[in-house]
Amino acid sequence: MTALAAASLESPPTRGLRRLLPSGDASWAQHLERHGPLPQFAGRRASLIAEVERSGLAGRGGAGFPTAVKLQAVAAGRAPIVVANGTEGEPASAKDRILMTHNPHLVLDGALVALTAVGGDEAVLAVSRRARPAHAALTRALAERRADARRIRLVAVPDRFVAGEETALVSWLNGGEAKPTFTPPRPFERGVGGRPTLVQNVETLANLGLIARYGAGWFRETGTEAEPGTVLVTVRGGVRRPGVIEVELGTPLRQVVDRCGGLAAPVRALLVGGYFGTWIDAAGNLDLPLADAALRPHRAALGARTLVVLPHGVCGVAETARVARYLAGESAGQCGPCVFGLPAVAQALESIAAGAPDAAPLAGASATAERADRRPRCLPPSRRRAALRRQRDPRVRGRDRAPPRRPLPCRPRRAAPAHESRELGLEVRR
Amino acid sequence: MSDHLRVDPILCDAHGHCAELFPELVSLDEWGYPIIDDGPIPPGLAKEARRAISMCPRLALMIEQRSR
Ligand SMILES: Cc1cc2nc3c(=O)[nH]c(=O)nc-3n(C[C@H](O)[C@H](O)[C@H](O)COP(=O)(O)O)c2cc1C
Ligand code: SF4
Repeated sequence: MTALAAASLESPPTRGLRRLLPSGDASWAQHLERHGPLPQFAGRRASLIAEVERSGLAGRGGAGFPTAVKLQAVAAGRAPIVVANGTEGEPASAKDRILMTHNPHLVLDGALVALTAVGGDEAVLAVSRRARPAHAALTRALAERRADARRIRLVAVPDRFVAGEETALVSWLNGGEAKPTFTPPRPFERGVGGRPTLVQNVETLANLGLIARYGAGWFRETGTEAEPGTVLVTVRGGVRRPGVIEVELGTPLRQVVDRCGGLAAPVRALLVGGYFGTWIDAAGNLDLPLADAALRPHRAALGARTLVVLPHGVCGVAETARVARYLAGESAGQCGPCVFGLPAVAQALESIAAGAPDAAPLAGASATAERADRRPRCLPPSRRRAALRRQRDPRVRGRDRAPPRRPLPCRPRRAAPAHESRELGLEVRR
Repeated sequence: MSDHLRVDPILCDAHGHCAELFPELVSLDEWGYPIIDDGPIPPGLAKEARRAISMCPRLALMIEQRSR
């Protein structure tokens, strides 16, 4: 039993899959009944950070960086500040706003724990303007705990893909544009107001709120040895019940799909990791565990923790083209390789999807992506390149991917473009 | 510690002087933006690197020291 687990007031009520999205309402009373108040850590910052380190918690915002290392780095600076990143710019993802809407108090807990760990007294909760229910839930939650609310400020952030990148977020909070800036300095060195800034995804913080109560040993009871805990995953596309679910890290893809009502049609490929993601051939890969270690050999990563299921008959190239076109439109317009490279890749993919009779555009797009990829600040075409690589693979291309003899547009049958399906009413599955 | 050439892509305006002055490590893409060899600057080329840096009209080039 670890030091923190011994200090916890309640026995862990949320084992297995209901840690972050438990049943019950989002009220303070319900939250207190579920977890009790946060333990006090006065004078025990070092042991708190050590506990986080033992837990193996890694960031849930995309990069999967060990949280304890960031806490340590920011704690070393003077007058640090905490930014809870709830911007969720990734169009295919809904997990952060679902978490903030359904479990706002756990996110607030996490922000407070982070403040304690780094020795700060001010936290900013950055949430995209479009996430109205999340704003409402957090506003209500803050009103329910006045004392804590004095240290936490809720801020609306523009609804742009790059706005959630940490330097863009810091720039916005400093009164600038929500565009990435050149690093160094990184936010942990000099961020909001020039202060050392801990930028942490809201799901990471929610986990922090639990680890502070129940300890590292409890946290590690689910997930894999290398990647412990649960994750929130947004599942879209060809499943019967698309939505946000909480699963143990390492859950086979097939089970993730089953939790969403199963396949709506025979599956051809899966886009893992969102718009930065990689297509994985469904054939023979449905038993792959949802964990970075298992995805790595497929050049894929959990990334934005979204899973888009591509049914047979829907064109992967057309879908990839749509993503590339979207990203081209989302460029902050700051770096040449991004400004020129993304539209070029999008254009090439579109012409292939429309039935370009030879492979030249594909080779061109691939080379462009490869070159552009070596420089970009924030929208690496690499992931597009990985997608391209997959499309070149005859197993993925399949019959309807082969260049058609006549220019026959290969269109997705029904699937709404992922960035439009943000409007699909998503349900939470607990 | 090793020295690496790095460009600030936000400042860079595709003037292309760097590729002209320092072709050993810098080439240009189809739009004239630099593609920089990510490896350490060979010791014999340190002078060329410094020259390219000082000639960039946008002051977008720099040397970054990396550990390991
Ligand atoms: C283009 C781009 C967009 C990003 N958008 C988000 C986002 O919407 N939410 C988020 O938490 N992290 C986002 N990130 C990652 C953040 O920069 C940062 O790594 C993260 O918030 C750190 O939190 P974590 O360590 O808890 O994951 C984005 C990164 C990039 C490059
Ligand atoms: S890569 Fe693109 S979006 Fe990112 S900073 Fe450069 S121009 Fe901006």
